[in-house]
Amino acid sequence: MKVLLVDDEEELVVTLAERLSIRDIDADWALSGEDALRMAADKRYDLAVLDMKMPKMNGLQLKVELQKQWPAMRFIFLTGHGSEEDFEAGASEAGDEYYLIKPVNIQELVAKIHASFDAGEA
Amino acid sequence: MSLFEKLKPVFWKDDHASGLYKQLFNYRRLWKETALISVVIVFLPLVLLTAYEYKVTKATFESEALARSTRFVAKTRRTESFLLSKKRFALEFIIHDNTYEQLLQPERLTALLENLNRGLGLFADLGVIDATGVQRAYSGPFHLENADYSSQPWFKEIQNRGIFISDVFMGLRNLPHIVIAVKKTLPDESFYVLRTSVSIERFTEILSNEQTGEVGDAFLINHQGVLQTPSRYFGDILTLAPLDVPEFSDHTEGYQLTDIGSRMASISREGGAKPLPAEAANGTLVVSYAYVENSPFILMLVSPKDELMLQWRQTRMKILVFLSCAVGMILVVLLGVVTYLVNAIYAADQKRVMMLHEIEYSEKMASIGRLAAGIAHEINNPLAIINEKAGLIQDLFFIKEQYKQDTKLLGLIASIVSSVERCSVITRRLLSFARQSDANVTRINLRKIITEVLSFLGKEPEYRSITIAIDIEDGLDDIVSDKGKLQQVLLNIIKNAFAAVEDGGHLAIAARKAKDGQGVELRIRDDGCGIPPEDLAKIFEPFFTTKGGRGGTGLGLSITYSLISEMGGTVRVTSEKDKGTCFIITLPLTMTANKG
Repeated sequence: MKVLLVDDEEELVVTLAERLSIRDIDADWALSGEDALRMAADKRYDLAVLDMKMPKMNGLQLKVELQKQWPAMRFIFLTGHGSEEDFEAGASEAGDEYYLIKPVNIQELVAKIHASFDAGEA
Repeated sequence: MSLFEKLKPVFWKDDHASGLYKQLFNYRRLWKETALISVVIVFLPLVLLTAYEYKVTKATFESEALARSTRFVAKTRRTESFLLSKKRFALEFIIHDNTYEQLLQPERLTALLENLNRGLGLFADLGVIDATGVQRAYSGPFHLENADYSSQPWFKEIQNRGIFISDVFMGLRNLPHIVIAVKKTLPDESFYVLRTSVSIERFTEILSNEQTGEVGDAFLINHQGVLQTPSRYFGDILTLAPLDVPEFSDHTEGYQLTDIGSRMASISREGGAKPLPAEAANGTLVVSYAYVENSPFILMLVSPKDELMLQWRQTRMKILVFLSCAVGMILVVLLGVVTYLVNAIYAADQKRVMMLHEIEYSEKMASIGRLAAGIAHEINNPLAIINEKAGLIQDLFFIKEQYKQDTKLLGLIASIVSSVERCSVITRRLLSFARQSDANVTRINLRKIITEVLSFLGKEPEYRSITIAIDIEDGLDDIVSDKGKLQQVLLNIIKNAFAAVEDGGHLAIAARKAKDGQGVELRIRDDGCGIPPEDLAKIFEPFFTTKGGRGGTGLGLSITYSLISEMGGTVRVTSEKDKGTCFIITLPLTMTANKG
């Protein structure tokens, strides 16, 4: 399973990638939408974890671009805008996408990645 | 409680707030000014018109009273004059119907006197006087034959004028009399005179007529001002009346006389004249007079003005009573209308102030919300980094055996992670407070939702013996609103109530129709520690908490406030320290979409 993490916060994205690697998830990271598109052009990723709010290209725009290359790619969005209700409801779900609120619980992220991947496989 | 306290309008005791919530007017002053202006506008023309009418009516009554008095004098003068003329014409007839020689016959003279008394009455005697002034024949009770009148003034006067009527005098019988004499000139230029004494009884009778009124007084005076008939108040007959002799006039005249009290002191009352009543003596007297033709008499009628104006006084009383009633009624209506209008302005102003207050509060909440959202978002990123870094350390510790055993280091990391977790709860709540979520509007049964919320709170009331009473008004309809929001509102308030009450405390939740019938009113009342007055105004502000370090974020009630606003409702709190707190939530029966 190849995962692409995209967030403009380098410290966050690097650490998150490392933590996922520890959990046997092969994760690459990018700091912007442009970098992510370049990386996705060279390599196939099964799933992308995208920050919603990034300069130049936000998470949703990036999703559209990535889907053009890899229509089967799955997505998990990270947002700093979640509220308590969202959190209690276990994050929002829209179709087969997940929205997680920062700061994320690693177990939850891993669970969503697996769930998303399983859904993609099915 | 005084009547004023009962009738006092609401705005009367209101203090004039200053600053942003200043009222538009000083209502007490506004009321006074409006009332004053209205009273002046309404009453000024009324008073002026009434004053003018009063003056005109009084003048009319006064002139009518004078005219009445004058008419009486004119009529009486004619009567007196007629009486005198009758007697004079009778003498004229006798002197021309009989020759001098016939008149000198005593039998003839006596027969004539008898006939005169039979026809006209009150003739005392009858005498014939020759040109030398000697009485040649006499018929009467006295022996006046050959009496010599040649030196008397009246005898001289009759030679010039041909007729003489004397002033009143007390005759030999001590009765008031007048003398009437007529002259007949013979062809040889010699003359003789027929003379008679007449009692004035009839003249007095006419004057004592009831028409002179209660205190009116009619009498005759001569040209020297001596009373010729008895007077009721102005002295005895043949005494000087305390009145000036009026100027001669052919017609009946009148004038007014004031304050004659001092003049009245010296008059003679031995003959039965009464003292003039004090109010008449000190007031104004109306004097009407007329010179009686061919006589030395002046007819006087003196009436107190007050008596003549009696009718006017009665009319004036009616006018005053009517005016007072009208003024009273107009005043009551006027003040009522002014009070109603000022009250309406006051109510509108109060509403404006409240709305201003509410808008300002909403604005404040919205600004704080935006600020909170910004802060929460910005903090979330570094928080996420700390979270991941600490998480990675944790991960690494679990991987490396060397650290796996170090409980102290693991504890420190766990503490960092749990603190980050606490921070993230705060940022999520801040975002909850600020967010504008879409409304999830549905039909809600109030009893059901209250029971549900209480079930969320688990067994806390049971463990702490808190009594919960739910009272929903019969027939209260379901409301259409955002269920999630209402749940959260109730949850927040009930949680606070549990925190406020002691073990064994009480909580009452009541719902009923709002007073305006347009919504429902929810009251959540506890008998807990209450909120100090100084805190009451701040409880809906974010981060205001009294729980200190005991886990309160200070966001619960501010979130509650914004949720209720989003539902189109309002919330008020009343509280008394150590007695309890009551939250009063008013919600519309149907939440409108734009409120979400």
